[in-house]
Amino acid sequence: MLSFIVRRFGLLIPTFFGVTLLTFALIRLIPGDPVEVMMGERRVDPQMHAAAMHRLGLDKPLPQQYLDYIGKLAKGDLGESLRTRESVWHEFLTLFPATLELAIAALLFAGTLGLLAGVIAALKRGSLFDHGVMGLSLAGYSMPIFWWGLILIMFFSVSLGWTPVSGRIDLLYDVEPVTGFMLIDTLLGDEEGAFLDALRHLILPAIVLGTIPLAVIARMTRSAMLEVLREDYVRTAKAKGLSPSRVVFIHGLRNALIPVLTVFGLQVGTLLAGAVLTETIFSWPGIGKWLIESIGARDYPVVQNGILLIACLVILVNFAVDVFYGLANPRIRHQS
Amino acid sequence: MTSLTTPLPVDQSLLYPSPLKEFWRAFSHNKGALAGLLFMLVIVFCALFAPWVAPYSPSEQFRDFLLTPPAWLEGGQGRFLLGTDELGRDLLSRLIHGSRLSLIIGLSSVVMSLIPGIVLGLVAGFFPRLIGPAIMRLMDIMLALPSLLLAVAIVAILGPGLINTVIAIAVVSLPSYVRLTRAAVIGELNRDYVTAARLAGAGLPRLMFITVLPNCMAPLIVQATLSFSSAILDAAALGFLGLGVQPPTPEWGTMLASARDYIERAWWVVSLPGLTILLSVVAINLMGDGLRDALDPKLKNAA
Repeated sequence: MLSFIVRRFGLLIPTFFGVTLLTFALIRLIPGDPVEVMMGERRVDPQMHAAAMHRLGLDKPLPQQYLDYIGKLAKGDLGESLRTRESVWHEFLTLFPATLELAIAALLFAGTLGLLAGVIAALKRGSLFDHGVMGLSLAGYSMPIFWWGLILIMFFSVSLGWTPVSGRIDLLYDVEPVTGFMLIDTLLGDEEGAFLDALRHLILPAIVLGTIPLAVIARMTRSAMLEVLREDYVRTAKAKGLSPSRVVFIHGLRNALIPVLTVFGLQVGTLLAGAVLTETIFSWPGIGKWLIESIGARDYPVVQNGILLIACLVILVNFAVDVFYGLANPRIRHQS
Repeated sequence: MTSLTTPLPVDQSLLYPSPLKEFWRAFSHNKGALAGLLFMLVIVFCALFAPWVAPYSPSEQFRDFLLTPPAWLEGGQGRFLLGTDELGRDLLSRLIHGSRLSLIIGLSSVVMSLIPGIVLGLVAGFFPRLIGPAIMRLMDIMLALPSLLLAVAIVAILGPGLINTVIAIAVVSLPSYVRLTRAAVIGELNRDYVTAARLAGAGLPRLMFITVLPNCMAPLIVQATLSFSSAILDAAALGFLGLGVQPPTPEWGTMLASARDYIERAWWVVSLPGLTILLSVVAINLMGDGLRDALDPKLKNAA
């Protein structure tokens, strides 16, 4: 098992360097030169221009620039934002819990509902419920989620007034950021109603972000369950006289979960991309909104290293999924 | 013994059907796929003949009819079937003209990623020692970034606009073509017919494009359909984020972005563009499912 993990980890290294090459190239591919772009429309005095190029290290040969970049990364220096003068790493750390909280809520929503719908659809194959689930999941994974968010806001927030339109919590509450997770922080604090308010802020964004994973998980669970229910060991379990729920959940679902979990892992990338849209619609102060705002403001250090950080996150999650997969399925572990 | 005097009528079911007929039989069996095809034909028709189909020009502003509701609602006008937007432009006309952009973006980005994807995939399959793994590592790196984020990053460099949107989406969907082609090529290379072609003296380009490639097309056609639908979604998402096609061009996602401010008083400017995107994407996905079942029965339960 250990050698499997080490081998998989070894594959991460070239991928990591590849991503750094990509983010390194990002800044150099901007038409014109970065200093002019960062200065905007103003005319730049040539002397200042040269000084800025020198300060940013852009006057050195390219390989030297790349090595400098890697060296800085190795020291944990991700540069600082041009807008706020804060370090990129620090900004990432403050905003990331918001995205993580949203993503976890979305996955919980998608996972529970998707597994349930998928199992029932598989058990009642060909029924109205089955067709309903398949139809809805087709609509779900075809969904332009930025529009879906607007529609939900229009219905639940504007017409019914049930949920707030944007943000993580009402301005009335002054929550001490201890963990960065609003739901936990409001519980730790003693303000009455703060937790419920945070929860109400979270519901719609979580549903919007969870919609595509929900559709994919429901479909995947259904087809995996259909496959498993045909297996001999399920027939044996039934023949032994086990209760139907035991057959379905212990003998069936547990084996159907392996492909479903892989899909779960693959959805993390989708989730982060969806977070960009969801956070923009709901003004959710997470890394997705941060990245889009930085692009709008031409804050290149943030764009460059924000993308690097997100890519690393995806790579690590995929690695974790692989390891987990290896644990669950020995056949994968022993492949060369 | 009597010999048969009348020749037996040829049993039609024993004749080998033409591949096209066989494909159509399987495809038309799938009702969803047919519905999708029908819907897409309507969209394609609208796109091709937009200036004649649309009642007005997409940029004509009727200043006396700002935010008119659709015709069937109170206050609606018969001349503006789906109502007007915040500048008094006819929504139906803008949606019809928007179909042009979505189809152009979808089509050109598919072509722009399909062709290099096939070439890279063939090269990766034919040269498994050095070039192949190098190409595949590169594709892994591209897959490490969520597709929309990579597209956002590319547009951030190149600047927003129609052509850059197409480039970004094409780059993003490249890896899946390369992987699919390579996997199919590796499966085919050990077949006898390839060995036979090699022995007969077929050169490398002939082996690649004429011998092997046609046998790898089924999954590629399916993937092309699916990436067509995700191209439309991604283009709309970029437009919505303000990074895609710029207003006043009537792109569906861009229309949604400018409609956001009227969410409280004009539901139609928000709902209708998104509904159009959703229906088109559903239609294409239905067609893709039908194509997959018809072309490649092995894949039926894979996705």
